[in-house]
Amino acid sequence: MKFTRRETLVIAGAAGAATVMPMSLFADEAMVTEAIAAFTEGADVAEGGVELTTPEIAENGNTVPVEVMAEGATAIMLLAEGNPTPNVAVFNFGAKAGAAAASTRIRLAGTQNVTAIAKLADGSFAKASKEVKVTIGGCGG
Amino acid sequence: MDNVKPRVKVPSSASAGEVVTLKTLISHPMESGLRKDGDGNVIPRQIINRFTCEFNGETVIDVELHASVSTNPYFEFSATVDASGEFKFTWYDDDGDVYEDVKAIEVA
Repeated sequence: MKFTRRETLVIAGAAGAATVMPMSLFADEAMVTEAIAAFTEGADVAEGGVELTTPEIAENGNTVPVEVMAEGATAIMLLAEGNPTPNVAVFNFGAKAGAAAASTRIRLAGTQNVTAIAKLADGSFAKASKEVKVTIGGCGG
Repeated sequence: MDNVKPRVKVPSSASAGEVVTLKTLISHPMESGLRKDGDGNVIPRQIINRFTCEFNGETVIDVELHASVSTNPYFEFSATVDASGEFKFTWYDDDGDVYEDVKAIEVA
């Protein structure tokens, strides 16, 4: 199949519009990328080295238990990629911390990826992601 | 904000150099600023935006909270204790209020 120049332009325009459309309430990739960049200051993020424990299925998105652990980390950022704002929390570990680990309970608007990014002592970054299936979302309506 | 009650669980004693687990819970609605009331007006955001724990003046953990943390924020973490002393827990509210709790630990 061959496209004329005009047809190609029309197709490209439609594709562009389609990517701009879904917006508003839920965080898009740009917001997630921005949140990560604010934490890492643009440094590379390696996979692995972070332990993220989440339930596979959360019946109630209002309170989902999450546990993060990264040996030797000075800080761990937690992101919910599908929430209206992706930032959840940043744990900074001090001199008296027993381990670079913490548990908390978070809200999830729907089924999505939860990501933990750890800042390690040598200044490098590591991450882990888990998908959590949510039956009832937890961001009001 | 009224009716905010912090609760923390700290072991009463430990041996020197031991890693102890601390659990904290504070009653707070963590209003996200995304919900609407019956008339369709947005309920303004009011959350706890920072939580810290210190042991004898040294930081154990310093947490930055966003609206995605659940109602009644719960944290579990650990601390290394080398001498008897006090854990000081502090929560910072959006409205400027600060809630505090102090727990002593005996190190043998």
